[in-house]
Amino acid sequence: MCCLVRIGTAESRIVFCWDGSGTTASRAPEWIIMLILGIETSCDETAAAVVEDGKHILSDVISSQIAVHMPYGGVVPELASRKHVEMILPVIDEALTKADVTRDQLDAIAVTQGPGLVGALLVGLCAAKAMAFALDKPLIAVNHLEGHMHAAFLGSQAPAGPFVCLVVSGGHTALYRIDPGGRTKFLGSTRDDAAGEAFDKVAKLLNLGYPGGTVIDKLAAEGNPNTFQFPKAYLEKDSLDFSFSGIKTAVANFLRHYGPPASESHAVSYRLEDLAASFQEAIVDVLVNKTIMAAHLCGVQDIAVVGGVSANQRLRRRLQEEAGYRGLTLHLPALRYCTDNAVMIAAAAYTVWKRTGFTRDMMDLDAVSRWF
Amino acid sequence: MKHLTLSSANEDYSCELGRRIGAMLATGDILALWGELGAGKTLLARGIARGLGVPSSIPVTSPTFTFINEYHGRLHLYHLDLYRLGDWDELDTLPWREALYGTGVAIIEWPDRLGPYLPEERFDVRITITGDASRSIDIIAHGDLLSERLAAWSGKLA
Repeated sequence: MCCLVRIGTAESRIVFCWDGSGTTASRAPEWIIMLILGIETSCDETAAAVVEDGKHILSDVISSQIAVHMPYGGVVPELASRKHVEMILPVIDEALTKADVTRDQLDAIAVTQGPGLVGALLVGLCAAKAMAFALDKPLIAVNHLEGHMHAAFLGSQAPAGPFVCLVVSGGHTALYRIDPGGRTKFLGSTRDDAAGEAFDKVAKLLNLGYPGGTVIDKLAAEGNPNTFQFPKAYLEKDSLDFSFSGIKTAVANFLRHYGPPASESHAVSYRLEDLAASFQEAIVDVLVNKTIMAAHLCGVQDIAVVGGVSANQRLRRRLQEEAGYRGLTLHLPALRYCTDNAVMIAAAAYTVWKRTGFTRDMMDLDAVSRWF
Repeated sequence: MKHLTLSSANEDYSCELGRRIGAMLATGDILALWGELGAGKTLLARGIARGLGVPSSIPVTSPTFTFINEYHGRLHLYHLDLYRLGDWDELDTLPWREALYGTGVAIIEWPDRLGPYLPEERFDVRITITGDASRSIDIIAHGDLLSERLAAWSGKLA
């Protein structure tokens, strides 16, 4: 059990833990309390959270921008950046107030460095750098995807051993193996479109609203997934890569053959619900089977699924069925931690700090749009 | 020659045409890729990247989420995708000028979003769906210099 004693400043701790000149171990001692403010602005959400020791959530604030983006049918970058600029300070203040923590009490500030939209990332990075500089606190730069994977540790049933994690969202579809210490190994990723992008673009082809994933999920619940067969790209034997652009083209071909969804002026021979369910099934099949295959190839007993698409009801149900059938333990973080949030950034930052210490030369830190 | 029409029966051949186009590109070239969702713009861009010497071990993925992907081959390649952009006046936060006018080749998907900023000296590449897998690919050269180059390409592409 950790003891609630604070010693020294963050700077003295970094010397204590990492300088190597003392007699201490190279790992951070278990009893040090680490109070981290996490900041996340990689895409739609402006988010801030205070997390203690990478697991005790003291506050969790998200300013969703979905209402701003709705009229455009997608995320609009300048609007995203502008909104982040407006929201970042109020969101950080609220996170501190809700956690009942003052700025001075923070031990470190964590921020998403990438991958994501550079303009959006820079807002969070600049705020984090400015705060760290003004308050004389250390900074921890976090990979957004590593943040997502840490959502698996936030539940009460965190995986104890190594596990396979599927990160699946609008911008990413990738499989990783994560060791108990948080070290990650890349296993495979999409060679063309992310799964969430396929959902969004097919929703656009079908003239459905935004966000496409949610709309298709709801429609598909009323449809028969076996009505139409859409291509499932499994690629080479044992490949843990994905490919979803072919499914998108297949839906476009379907609409050329059978006509766009029915409207007041024209009827069609298919049910939109069946089309949505069949399309969704093709994506879900590949995601589920590759995740199970990755667990088998890595010889692990636990699997986790994180990212915005993990909110998909069909994906969740199929994963539960398959994991149960194969005796694997499935970790599905609460929906709130599956989409972009700052809790996962503060939690991952704790692991990053334990592994490599604080970010050096923090004022030189730049946003990275692609980072594997 | 201002206009060249090519046809492709399948994805593999579309990618191969892209590779041949990529092999003939030079620093400063801008290709605007036109075509509806599912036409195969990213597929053609992948072929072009291979022709520019981007190794096959580097996946050329959809830039829809990131807006601009950068690759290093024989020349720098900037692969832009403005699909999620509402209008050209929202371009401000993207380093699109560096991508278009830097030292390299730029491929732009959904170039209509550039509005008045779409460069005049460019190749337009229009992909039209003619069947489930077949496509018609029209290359239009804008400007005398590019027209001369397109004429020289025709033997190698057709």
